[in-house]
Amino acid sequence: MATAADRFNINSQLEHLQSRYVGTGHADTNRFEWAVNIHRDSYASYFGHHPMMQYFALAENESIGRVKYNMMQKMLLPCGLPPERDEE
Amino acid sequence: MHLYNLTLQKGGGIQCAVYGNFSAPKAQEIVASRNKVLELLRPDDAGKMQTIVSTEVFGVVRSLSAFRLTGANRDYVVVGSDSGRIVVLSFDKEKSAFVKVHQETFGKSGCRRIVPGQFLAVDPKGRAVMIGAIEKSKIVYVLNRDTSANLTISSPLEANKSHVITFAVCALDCGLDNPQFAAVELDYGDADQDPTGEAAAEAQKHLVFYELDLGLNHVVRKWSEAIDNGANHLIAVPGGGDGPGGCLVCAENFIIYKNEGHADVRAVIPRRSSLSGDRGVLIVSSATHRTKQQFFFLAQSEYGDVYKVTVEWTPGSETVSEVKIKYFDTIPPCASLCVLKTGFLFAASEFSNHALYQFQGIGDDDDDVESSSATLVETDEGYQPVFFEPRALRNLHPIDEIESLCPVLDAQCHNLTSEETPQVYALCGAGSRSTLRVLRQGVALSEMAVSPLPGNPNAVFTVKKNIADEFDAYIVVSFVNATLVLSIGETVEEVSDSGFLGTTPTLSASLLGDDSLLQAHPGGLRHVRADKRINEWRCPGRKTITRVACNNRQVVIALSGGEIIYFELDSTGQLMEIEKLETNGDVACLHVGPVPEGSLRNRFLAVGSFDSTVRVLSLSADDCLQTMGVQALAAAPCSLLMLQTREGGLYLNVGLANGVLLRAEVDRVTGQLSDTRARFLGARPPKLHGATVRGQPAMLALSSRPWLGHVDLQRRFALAPLSYEALEHAADFTSDQCPEGVVAVAGSTLRIVSVERLGDAFNQTSCKLRYTPRQLTVHPDRGIVAIVEADQSSVPYDERAGPEGVAGEKKVKEESAAKMEGVEGGGVEDDDDDDDDDEFAMTPAEQFGAPKAPPGSWASCLRIVHPADVAKENGGAKQVIEMTGNEAALCACHVYFPVANEVFLAVGTAVGLTFAPRDCDGGFVHLYRYLEDGTVTLVHKTPLDGVPGAMCGFKGRLLLGCGNALRLYDFGKKKLLRKVENRNFPNFITTVHASGDRIYVGDVQESFHFVKYKREDLSLIIVADDVQPRHITAALPLDYDTMAGADKFGNVFVARLAQDVSADIEEDPTGGKASGGTLNGAPRKVEHVAQFHVGETVCALTKGTLQAGGLECMLYATLMGTVGALMPFTSRADVDFATHLEMHVRQENPPLLGRDHMAYRSAYFPVKDVVDGDLCEQYVTLPAETQRAIAEEMDRTPAEVMKKLEDLRAKIA
Repeated sequence: MATAADRFNINSQLEHLQSRYVGTGHADTNRFEWAVNIHRDSYASYFGHHPMMQYFALAENESIGRVKYNMMQKMLLPCGLPPERDEE
Repeated sequence: MHLYNLTLQKGGGIQCAVYGNFSAPKAQEIVASRNKVLELLRPDDAGKMQTIVSTEVFGVVRSLSAFRLTGANRDYVVVGSDSGRIVVLSFDKEKSAFVKVHQETFGKSGCRRIVPGQFLAVDPKGRAVMIGAIEKSKIVYVLNRDTSANLTISSPLEANKSHVITFAVCALDCGLDNPQFAAVELDYGDADQDPTGEAAAEAQKHLVFYELDLGLNHVVRKWSEAIDNGANHLIAVPGGGDGPGGCLVCAENFIIYKNEGHADVRAVIPRRSSLSGDRGVLIVSSATHRTKQQFFFLAQSEYGDVYKVTVEWTPGSETVSEVKIKYFDTIPPCASLCVLKTGFLFAASEFSNHALYQFQGIGDDDDDVESSSATLVETDEGYQPVFFEPRALRNLHPIDEIESLCPVLDAQCHNLTSEETPQVYALCGAGSRSTLRVLRQGVALSEMAVSPLPGNPNAVFTVKKNIADEFDAYIVVSFVNATLVLSIGETVEEVSDSGFLGTTPTLSASLLGDDSLLQAHPGGLRHVRADKRINEWRCPGRKTITRVACNNRQVVIALSGGEIIYFELDSTGQLMEIEKLETNGDVACLHVGPVPEGSLRNRFLAVGSFDSTVRVLSLSADDCLQTMGVQALAAAPCSLLMLQTREGGLYLNVGLANGVLLRAEVDRVTGQLSDTRARFLGARPPKLHGATVRGQPAMLALSSRPWLGHVDLQRRFALAPLSYEALEHAADFTSDQCPEGVVAVAGSTLRIVSVERLGDAFNQTSCKLRYTPRQLTVHPDRGIVAIVEADQSSVPYDERAGPEGVAGEKKVKEESAAKMEGVEGGGVEDDDDDDDDDEFAMTPAEQFGAPKAPPGSWASCLRIVHPADVAKENGGAKQVIEMTGNEAALCACHVYFPVANEVFLAVGTAVGLTFAPRDCDGGFVHLYRYLEDGTVTLVHKTPLDGVPGAMCGFKGRLLLGCGNALRLYDFGKKKLLRKVENRNFPNFITTVHASGDRIYVGDVQESFHFVKYKREDLSLIIVADDVQPRHITAALPLDYDTMAGADKFGNVFVARLAQDVSADIEEDPTGGKASGGTLNGAPRKVEHVAQFHVGETVCALTKGTLQAGGLECMLYATLMGTVGALMPFTSRADVDFATHLEMHVRQENPPLLGRDHMAYRSAYFPVKDVVDGDLCEQYVTLPAETQRAIAEEMDRTPAEVMKKLEDLRAKIA
C-alpha cells in the first residue's frame, strides 16, 4: 500500500542519512566508492586504536608518529584515482 | 568453558600524557593514558615517578587535555574517547580517584571517522573546548562556572564541513578575545570525483582558524590559508601580550609560523647528516615551556631528536621576525613530552621504558647546530637543509626510568631456573631498545646492603633511642647464645655501650616509654633507662621466657609452662607487673598491637596456643587478661600480627604451622573474631612482622618465600609475594638513606632491603637485544632460550659505522669504566650516578635508534640465551649469530629428528621481505645443531619460495607454514626434504601447532584451520575451519579439540571442535574429503566457546601456574605491555557468583568515560562466557551502601563478596 507520499518520505529520509553519515550507500554506489569508504573507515579506526598503530609501527620499524602521518596522507585517494565515468 | 579475566600487570605503554596540577595547587602531576587505563603520576621528592592512581576505564582513550578555569588553581582533565561522549574529570584527593564532573553525549560510540574524540583542544583560558573527528565533525563546548564556582558546560556548537580530513587541532592563545582554534585540514571532495588526477594533485592542506563568538554563541570558520602539504602537527604560540599569538605549523622538514594577516616565517628542521635524502623529518611530539619572561618549545622528531624552537618577536607590534630551531638533545621517540614547572621533563616513550629527565641547560650553548628562518636558503632543488650530528645528552640528565613492558611481542611461561614458581620470558621493545625480560611474580625488593654475620642469626630487631627520633638507632641481631648490637649512623658498626645484654639470645628489643630500651631474653626483662640505669626483672624459679609481645607501654611475656604475665609502664617510667594468667599448656605465640594514638594502652592481646586456637584477651584495667574472642584453627598458630587500617578496621593475622595465613577481623568493642580468610603462602609456617609501606602499617609474612601484606592503590588490603629469597626474620627499618626499609636476616647475612615500585606485579630482570624480537623458543631438555630478532629498514649492527655500532658501544664502555675510576666521563650520561646502575646506561644505539636503511632491507640475528645468566653483567647472551644476505629471521622452533637422534634449532628467514603487498625474494630454513657448551652451529640451509610464518615440530619432522602453504619436512644430510604440502590456506600462515595427528594452523586473516595428517597417503587435509574472520596474532592449544587464539584487534577467543564433529573427523577414513567443503571452506566448522575483547593487541598467549597451589591459567601479554590471565572456573557456583557480581557492578558503577562496559568487551564480537574480573574487583572501591545493596541482591554480606573476590585472585596470583 505504498503511496507516492510514502516513497517521497523514504527517499528524503535516505537523503538525510546520506548527508548526515558519510559513507551511507545508495542505489548507484559503485565498487570504487564503496572501497574508498571502507578504506577511510579502516584508517580512521586504526588511527583511533593506539595498539593498532603500535602494531604497524613495529612491522615497519617507524615511529608511531610517522605511521599516523602516512596513514592520514592515504586518506586522500586511498584506492587510487577514481574510474572514468560513463557518460549518460 | 567459563573464564575469569584478570589483569595482572597494567600496561606500561603511554599513548598520551598531559601535565597539570590536579590534586592540589602547584602539585606537579601528569595524567597519562595507557589506552584503557588512566593514571595520575607524580615525581616524589627523590625524583622517582610514582603512580598515585590507576583507573581502568573500559573504553579507548584517544586524547587528553588539561585545563583550568580563570582564577582557579587546579586543573581539570577532558578526555576524548570512543564513547561518543565528552567527559570532564577532576581529581578528588579525598577519595584518591578521578571523579566525573561532566559527561555530554554527542555521537555514536566507537572509534569512527566522523564521531569526534580524536582531537581535543582547550582554550588556554579554559573558556571553550573543541573536540574533533578525523573527518567532517568538530564540536565546540563553552566552559563556564556557575554562581557556586562549579564548572558548567554548554550545549554543543557544531563547526562541520563535509569531505574534510583533519590532521591536527590546537587552541590559539588570544588572551581574553574570543577563543580561537586552529586546524590543519584537507578537502578531498574534488579528488574523489576527478578521474584525471588533477584535482588530487592540486589538493592542498589548509590551516583554518575557527572562532567561537562568545557574544553570539556560535562558531565561525574565520580564516583559512593554504599551507605546506606535509603539515601534521600544530603548536600554539603564546599570545595576548605574552607573545605574538598564532601557531607553529610542523610539516615534514619545516616548521612554519603562521597567523592571520601575518606572512609565513619558515625554518627548516635540522636533519641528521646520516639520514638519506629521501627521508623526511617529521615532528611527532612537542611541549611548551612558558615562564613570565620567556617561552620556548621543545619539538621531537620521529628519530628522537629534540629541538628547541624559539620565536623572535617584537612586543607591541606582534610580528614575528624569526623562527629558530636548535638541536637540543636526543632521547627515544615519545608519544608525549611534558615539561614540569620544577625543571623536569617527562618523556613518555612510544615504546619501552619511559624516563624523567632533569634540565641541566636550556640549549644556550652556541656550538649546537641551529637553523633559522633568517638564514633559510632556497635553491633550485628546494630549501637547503641544515645538518647536525646527534650527540650524547647535554641539556637533559636522566633521573628516573619508569619500566614498561610495552610492547610484548612474544612470551612464554617456563620454569627454567628451577624456582618455586615459573618465570615468564617476555620479548619486549622495539628496535635497538628491545629486551628479553624475565618476569618473576612478586614485588621487587631492592637491596640496599648485604653484610655477612658471624653465624646464623635467628632474629633481628630495630630500636629507636627516643620516641621523637625519625630514624632507628640500633639493629639488634640475636643468635642462639649471643646478641649483637649494631649502631646505625654513617656506617653500621658494632657497639657495646647500648645497655643490651650481649651474652644471651634476645627475644625482643624495643623502645619503651619515651626514651628507655627494653630487652627481653630467656632469663628475664632488662629495662635500660635513658641515663643507663638498668632495671632487671628475673624469671621466677627455673622458668624461662618463651614468648614476648610488647609495644611502647605494654609488655606481655609467656613463661615456660604456660604462665602469661602482663606488665605496664607506670607514670614514673617503671615497668610494673599488673596481672598474671595460668594457661594449660605452653603458649605458641603472643602479640600486642601498638598503643593507639591518644590512649594509654592497647586493649587487645592475641594469644595462640598449641591446641590450635587463638584467643583475644583484654588488657583493660577492669577485665585484665579475660578472654574476649576465640577462634579455632586448622593447625597450631606460630605467629600473630594485628594490623589496623587507616579506615579503622582491626585485623588479626595468624601464621599457621601448615603454611597458611589466616586473617580475621577483630571487633573493636567486643574483641570477637569474624570474617576469617585463609591463604596458603608456602611450605614454611609464615612468620609475621610489622612493616611500613607508604606511611601505612603493613605486614611481612615470611614463609618459603616472603610476602607483603599492604594497602594498595585501590585502598584495599593486598597480599603480594616478594620476589626475593626466603628470609628468616625481619624488622621495620628507617634511616636517612632508606625511609621505608626492612632489615632482615637470611642464612648468615644481614640484609637491608626496601620495596620498589609497589604497583608492579612482576619483578623484571632484563637482557638487551639488538633488534625487534620476533619469537622465542625454548630447548625442551636443556632449557636454553633461542630468540630471533629482525628489524626492517635498519642497518645491521656489524655494518654500522657511526656510534650506534660496535665502535660506539665500546666507547661507552670505556668511558663508563673511566667514570667509575673517578675520572670525568666525556659527556656520557648514566641513568643514575650509582655505579651499580650502570646497566641502565643508554648505549648510543638505544639513544639514537638504529641508522635507517631503505625499506626492504633488513637487519636480523639469532640469539642464544641461558636463562640462568640473564641477570649477569654481559646480559646473558651466550651467542649472537647475525643473518647475512638481507635475511630476516621471523620464526624459530626446536625440533627433534629421529634420523639424527638429536634436537635441532630451526630458524625460518625471508630475504628482502616487504609488506603491502607481502613479498620476498625467497627464504631459508636454517638448521642449527647444539654443541656441548650450549652454543649452536649451522648444519645447513634449505631454500624456500615464500615467507616462513611459523613452524613446529611434528612426529619427528618439521612443519612449516610458508606463505599460504603448509609443508612437512624431514631431515636430510644436505638440506631438509619436503615430504607433504597443502597449499590451500587462504592467505598467510602465522601460527602452527600440533598434537597427535592433528595440526592447528592460524591464518593471518581467516582464523584457525584444523588439519589432519594422513600417514597412509601422505596428505595434509583441512578438516575444519572457522566461520569468523580472525586476524590471528597468537595461538595456544588447550586440548586436542580446543584452541585459544588472539587477533590483532585485541580479542581473545577459544574455538573448539564439538565432540561429535571431532569423533567424526577421527573416524572418517577420507578425512572429510568425501563430504566436501562448503563455499570454499572446510566441511566442518569450529564453535566459539569463549570470546573477550581485551582492548589491546595480544601478541603472546601462554599457559602457566604462577602460584604454588594456584590454578593453571591462560596468560596473555599485549603490545601495550599488559599482562593478564584468563582463569578457567572450576565450579558452577563460582561462575554464577562472578557473573552476577559483574552484572551488578556494571549497573552500579558504569565506566568512567561513559563507554558501556558490555559494549566495550563486545567491541568486535559479542563477549561470551568470560567474566571481567577487573570490573568485579571495582566492587571493593564502591561506597559502603552500594556494596551492601549489591551483596544483599546476591544473598551475601559485603565481606563475603570481598572474600570470594580475594579467593578468585589468589588462585591466579
